[in-house]
Amino acid sequence: MSSSPASHLHLAVALDGTGWHPASWREPVARPRELFTAGYWAGLVAEAERGLVDFVTIEDGLGLQSSHHGEPDGRTDQVRGRLDAVLIASRIAPLSSHIGLVPTVIATHTEPFHISKAIATLDYVSTGRAGLRVQISARPHEADHFGRRAFPPIDLAELRSPAGQERLAEHFDEAADHVEVVRRLWDSWEDDAEIRDAATGRFIDRDKLHYIGFEGRRFSVKGPSITPRPPQGQPLVTALGHQTVPYRLIARQTDVGYVTPQDSADARAIVAEIRAEQQAAGRAGDTVHVFGDLVVFLDDTPAAAAARKERLDALDGGAYTGDARIFTGTAAELADLLEEFAAEGLSGFRLRPAVLGHDLPRITADLVPELQRRGRFRTAYEADTLRGLLGLARPANRYAVAATA
Amino acid sequence: MSKPLKQIHLAAHFPGVNNTTVWSDPAAGSHIEFSSFAHFAKTAERARFDFLFLAEGLRLREQGGKIYDLDVVGRPDTFTILAALAAVTEHLGLTGTINSTFNEPYEVARQFASLDHLSGGRAAWNVVTSWDAFTGENFRRGGFLPQDERYSRAKEFLATANELFDSWHGDEILADQATGAFLRDAGAGSFVHQGPQFDIHGQFNVPRSPQGRPVIFQAGESDEGREFAASSADAIFSRYATLDAGQAFYTDVKSRLAKYGRAPGELLILPAASFVLGDTDAEAEEIAHQVRRQQVSGATALKHLEFVWNRDLSSYDPEGPLPDVDPLVSEEHISRGRAQVRMYRDPIAIAREWRELAEANKWSIRDLVINTGNRQTFVGSPATVARTIDDFVQADVSDGFILVPHITPGGLDTFADTVVPLLQERGVFRTEYEGTTLRDHLGLAHPDEKRSERVAS
Repeated sequence: MSSSPASHLHLAVALDGTGWHPASWREPVARPRELFTAGYWAGLVAEAERGLVDFVTIEDGLGLQSSHHGEPDGRTDQVRGRLDAVLIASRIAPLSSHIGLVPTVIATHTEPFHISKAIATLDYVSTGRAGLRVQISARPHEADHFGRRAFPPIDLAELRSPAGQERLAEHFDEAADHVEVVRRLWDSWEDDAEIRDAATGRFIDRDKLHYIGFEGRRFSVKGPSITPRPPQGQPLVTALGHQTVPYRLIARQTDVGYVTPQDSADARAIVAEIRAEQQAAGRAGDTVHVFGDLVVFLDDTPAAAAARKERLDALDGGAYTGDARIFTGTAAELADLLEEFAAEGLSGFRLRPAVLGHDLPRITADLVPELQRRGRFRTAYEADTLRGLLGLARPANRYAVAATA
Repeated sequence: MSKPLKQIHLAAHFPGVNNTTVWSDPAAGSHIEFSSFAHFAKTAERARFDFLFLAEGLRLREQGGKIYDLDVVGRPDTFTILAALAAVTEHLGLTGTINSTFNEPYEVARQFASLDHLSGGRAAWNVVTSWDAFTGENFRRGGFLPQDERYSRAKEFLATANELFDSWHGDEILADQATGAFLRDAGAGSFVHQGPQFDIHGQFNVPRSPQGRPVIFQAGESDEGREFAASSADAIFSRYATLDAGQAFYTDVKSRLAKYGRAPGELLILPAASFVLGDTDAEAEEIAHQVRRQQVSGATALKHLEFVWNRDLSSYDPEGPLPDVDPLVSEEHISRGRAQVRMYRDPIAIAREWRELAEANKWSIRDLVINTGNRQTFVGSPATVARTIDDFVQADVSDGFILVPHITPGGLDTFADTVVPLLQERGVFRTEYEGTTLRDHLGLAHPDEKRSERVAS
């Protein structure tokens, strides 16, 4: 496997609706009426692939989007409704050839058995380009869509209290269990389990299939998977975090963590915290990429980018703020910022285009060439799998190792 | 005046994980790689088939406490494969078997609605149920559904999913860039469902899909299953593909429709059917015999006998006589994760019957399993098979067939190239797709049309 030089940055693009600014759909380039068609998503992924980005993420949720943290907002002036992210990724996989496809899955309400085989299948369909972004949902109204658990209302101040932190930890512990089951199921078939031995009439060597025997607080799963081990062995696992509890999930269970530093010092502190958690979890030797998340408005001049944000803010009736730093400026300025953050230990970035129809082409046509000129980005895809693009080896099967030990 | 010719519906069942599928044949390819699915789907579309059909099983089968290793083992995730197939086909319907026991309505409804959007209106759902704790060991909810509750759960699951599909009407999204109104009103997708199985409320988050709802398939066999299908399915995936049994099933199910205010054309009967083609009928018969021998190896024959005997028979010689010992009658069964063992209700009587058959015909264990197993539905030259299929459909055995080839992925190719043109010549099968959605292919009305007709009448 060839791999990119260490000086290269990794780039992911986060796809969500018409873009991350809530008024993005009102831009002439936005195509909001096509949001629920395959062609819309195929076009975005093709554009990102032209820019040689490592992968796209696709946002998802088990309720209508809301500008409020924990409840529906009753607004009719923003994009509402979405398609299942795993199915969007799979629909696009045969139409693309190198770019990674990383849909969001909600650990809180889904079956790890289903998610494991869905992402394994996405990996087969894309011949080794699949991943997942695991997310929790503590929202009471989303729990009501399933009717199996009732969650108390979310109060952001209360979430910072010890009781709130405990509640958050429970959700993330469940997500960690979910990922553990998903990962074990991916390994539950050894790579050479299918033997097609005509002499004995055996299709598989069943000694190479493994019960995973997971027993946790929230669920138990026996295994093995119904789907053989996917091409990458372990598709990419990623998660977004803003504080210690999710950083722990990133350190323990993921290959890529998305974080939201506001400045260099912040980036340095976050990376240090994740590395310490990684050490504590006994994963110091594993590669865990830490990507910085940024919302981007890219234009030819800083003034044009800032003006565009102002115009969209006015349309939306208020300044857009979010968890991630909002960048407005030129591609060269953004490249400067990425290099500055990278110096603090970030190995890549997940860019959230403010307006997909505008800022995604700016990433591929302006930012990527700028980074290439600086020797900080690939000039051609150097690997056929997503793990390969990220410099991650195909992992040994945990059960095969156990058998030969 | 003679009855007008019925148009035949044809579908392609991707070869499954039982011994119908001959994996040992040199032509047999992968059951997992996407290229196999794409080949199979493109063949079906080239032949102007109505849809592709995927079965599902959520736990690997076991026999005698070990994973069953003689048949194809393993398959991909149904939704994910169907979404990818939507990218490599344009017209073919995409039917997935999805279990109502180990899923939740909100999630399944958004997956089917998403698939329908992403395929431009080609999604269908074969609703099945399970109750076994064996499969439940792979899931959060476990396997505690009592057998007599499985239909009530399935019914309520489907009813709930329909409420979710119908929670958007299709006119909610304005996306008016000038005025800034994206939604017509904030309550889009609102639903409340309160029942014994599901107590859920809120807002569904996938807008109305092209077909309104996916096409609904059922596999009802029991009286209760047939009523369920008559009340709420668009098509039945049945196993009655012979003349007498097919006609009886067809008449029975269609006669149940009137009491639900439905016309006979609103529920299609589509049995599974296997086939073997040859240049001549005699050659096809010879090939069919060889295929049955491939399907039933000595080892497979012993395992199939174990389904009835419910004992470990591994010490018996498959080329020798049947066991003298009687079947073990027990609640515990040697085979797990397999639906067909439920078919043997009186194993002692079956064993007696089989011993007599074997003695009379001088059959070994393997001969017996080959000869009592399902013969291929259609065997003959392309002309014979085309005529038989047409005759069966015109005689109301069915409205068409879901064909199950025994070779992956090329097992449909010859049928597409030889039988389909003959059916087209007979004027009973389309030469081009006339519509874009699966409902169009099947001649089923859009749910909104049905609703407005009922309001008007």
